[in-house]
Amino acid sequence: MSATTTPPRMREIRGPSALGGDWRRFFNLTWLIAYTDYKLTYFGSVLGYLWSLMRPLMFFGVLYVVFTHIVKFGDGVKDYPVLLLMNIVLFSFFQEATGASVASVLQRESLVRKMHFPRLVIPLATVLSVALNLALNLIAVFAFLLIYGVDVQWTWLLLPLVLLPLLAIASGVAMILSSLYVRYRDVAPIWSVISQALFYGAPIFYVLETVPENVREWFACNPLSAILIQARHWIIDPSAPSAVDAVGGWVHFLIPAGLTVAICAFGLWNFNRMAPQIAEEL
Amino acid sequence: MLDAHTAIEVRGLSKTFRTPRHHVHTLKERALHPLRKRQYDERTVLDAIEFDVMAGEFFGIVGRNGSGKSTLLKCLAGIYRADGGTISVAGRLAPFIELGVGFNPDLTAHDNVVLNAVMMGISPKQARDRFDEIMAFAELEEFVDLKLKNYSSGMQVRLAFAVMVQADADVLLIDEVLAVGDAAFQQKCFDVFYELRERGKTIVLVTHAMELVRQFCHRAMLISGGEIVSIGDPDEVGRRYLAENFKDRTAQVVDDDSAVIQLRELYTADAEDRPSNTIPHGGPLRIHAVFEAAEAIEAPGIALWIENEERVRVTSVGALENGAALGPIAKGERIEVIAEIANAFTSGRYFVGCSVTRGSIGADLLLYLDRAIEFYVFGGEAVHGLVSLGHWFEVKRERTGEVVG
Repeated sequence: MSATTTPPRMREIRGPSALGGDWRRFFNLTWLIAYTDYKLTYFGSVLGYLWSLMRPLMFFGVLYVVFTHIVKFGDGVKDYPVLLLMNIVLFSFFQEATGASVASVLQRESLVRKMHFPRLVIPLATVLSVALNLALNLIAVFAFLLIYGVDVQWTWLLLPLVLLPLLAIASGVAMILSSLYVRYRDVAPIWSVISQALFYGAPIFYVLETVPENVREWFACNPLSAILIQARHWIIDPSAPSAVDAVGGWVHFLIPAGLTVAICAFGLWNFNRMAPQIAEEL
Repeated sequence: MLDAHTAIEVRGLSKTFRTPRHHVHTLKERALHPLRKRQYDERTVLDAIEFDVMAGEFFGIVGRNGSGKSTLLKCLAGIYRADGGTISVAGRLAPFIELGVGFNPDLTAHDNVVLNAVMMGISPKQARDRFDEIMAFAELEEFVDLKLKNYSSGMQVRLAFAVMVQADADVLLIDEVLAVGDAAFQQKCFDVFYELRERGKTIVLVTHAMELVRQFCHRAMLISGGEIVSIGDPDEVGRRYLAENFKDRTAQVVDDDSAVIQLRELYTADAEDRPSNTIPHGGPLRIHAVFEAAEAIEAPGIALWIENEERVRVTSVGALENGAALGPIAKGERIEVIAEIANAFTSGRYFVGCSVTRGSIGADLLLYLDRAIEFYVFGGEAVHGLVSLGHWFEVKRERTGEVVG
C-alpha cells in the first residue's frame, strides 16, 4: 500500500434492501443460489433429474386416463394428449415455484440475519431454480410433440414470449408470498388452496371452447389462462383462438397484461417495503 | 496507517426494537381485531452513537451482554436498518457476524466457498480463482469434495475464516470469532490479524476478551445500555469494562441472625486502600473482611482464599493457616481482617471466599462462603498460567562459526 492511494469513496450504509446497489452481485447471487438449489434438489437422488420429469409425467398419465377414457373431455380436441402434457408442465412450474417461494425467506433465516445482501435474491432464486427444471421439462415436451406428430411451426420460436409472462407472474407472486409469510404463517395453507383453485380455473385439462360462451371472455382475463391459450395457439393448434381473440380484442387484452404487470409491481413494492424489517421479524 | 482518511463514520445512530405485545401471526387474528392497535414494547438498543474509525485502524468494541454492541455491528453490516442517524463506510465491507453463515451442509466445500465469497462481494470468477488459496489457508485441501455436513465444526470455522480473509475487503467486521477453533487455529487467526493490521486493513472487532483488545486494537470503545461509555486507549477502556462488569457487586453482606458468627462486610481494595473490584496487576491487592460474633468462640480460625474462574484455588491467607493465633473471640465482638497480597495474578476474573472455624484443628466450620465476591485483575504481560511471578529471562545463543547478537 502506498501513501498515494486515493481513499475509497464513502458510501452510506442504509440497511437491508430488496435490490441493493450492485447489479452484478445481484445476478451472480441469484444465479448461484438458484443453481445450487437445483443441484441439491435433483442431484441428491440416484435418478436425479429423471425424478423431476417423472412428477409431471405421472400426473399427466393420471389426467390422461381420466379425461380421455372416463370423462372424455379430450374428445374433439386436436392433439389433446400433448396439449395436456404441455399445460401440466407449464402450470406445475407456476405451482412449484410459488409453493416453494412461500417459506423461502424463512428457511434462509440464518443468512438473512447475518449477511448483507439484496433480499429479493431469495424468492427470485427460488423461482429461477424451478425455471431450470421447466427448461429441461420443455425439452421433453417438444420431443413428445415430434413423436406424436404435431406439425413443426415457425411459431414455436415464439415460446419465450409465453414463458416470459409466466416467469413474471410466478416471480411477482413469489415476492408477495415470501414477504407476507414472514409475518403471517397462514399464508402457506391459504396459498395451497388458491393454487389448487387456479388449476381448475385455467384451461389445463379442458380447452377454452368448453367454457360457456357468455363467460369465456372473462375467463380469458386470468393471466394464467391467457398464457396457456396463447401457448396452445402457437405451439400445438394454430386454428385454436389466440389469447387476444379469446379475450375479445387488443383493448381487452390489456386486462390480463395489466394484471401481470400489476402483480409484479405490487410484489416488488411490497417486498421492497418489507425488506428492511425481515431480519428483525424472523 | 498511511493514508489518514476515515473508513467508518457513524453519526447519531439510533436503533429501537419494537416487540409487539401480541405477536399476530395469523391473518385471522388480524381480521378479527382489525381495530386493535398493535401494542409494542419499545426498547432503545442504540442511542445516538457517534464515532469514527480511521482507515487502517484496528478498532475494538466491548460491552456486556445486551449492551447493544452486536446490534451496532449488525447496523454497520447493513443487516439492520438504523432508525436514526447515518453510517458511511469507505470501500468494500465484509461482515463476519458468525462463522459459516450461509454454508449449506449438503453442498461441497467448493460450492459453499464460492457462494460465501460472492455474498462477501467478490465475483464468482475471482472466488473460483482463489479457491485453492482458501483451501490451503484453511488447511483443508484433502477435503475439497466432501460435503459440508461431513466437516467437523472446527473445519467449518476454518473454512469460513479463510473465505473472509481471502475476500479481501477494505473493512472487516468481526464478531467473537475466536471463541471457536482449536489453539493452533486461534494462533493462525492472531497471525492473520497481525498481518491484516500491517497491511492497513480497517478492522472492527467485537469481543469479550480484553486481552485481544489490548493486544491488537489501536483504539477501543466501551458501550453500555446503547451509549458510548468510553472511547480511546484500549487499556483504559479495558479497565472501564471490567469495572462495568462488576458494578452491581461491590460488597456482599450476609445477614443470618441464627449464625454464631456473621460476615458483615467483604470487599477488595487497591493500593491506596480504596474499595475497588478492579485491581491492577503488579500492585498490592487488599481484602477487607468484617465479622461479628453472636457468641464467644474459643480457638477461632479465619481464612480467606482466592479462586480463579476455573474454580482453582490460587492462594489463601488466614489466621489459622499461617499459624498466627487469633485468640478467643468475645460475644458481640466485631473483628476486621485485612489481608494484603502481592497481585501476581494474571488478568481475569477472581473470586474471594472466606471461612471461620472453631477448635484448634479447624474442624468445626462456623461460616463458609465460597465465591462470596468477585474482582478483576487487569494489566500485566500476557502470561499463560495462574500467576505471573517475578522472573528473569535471558537468551544465550551460539551457532557454529558465527556469533549471534
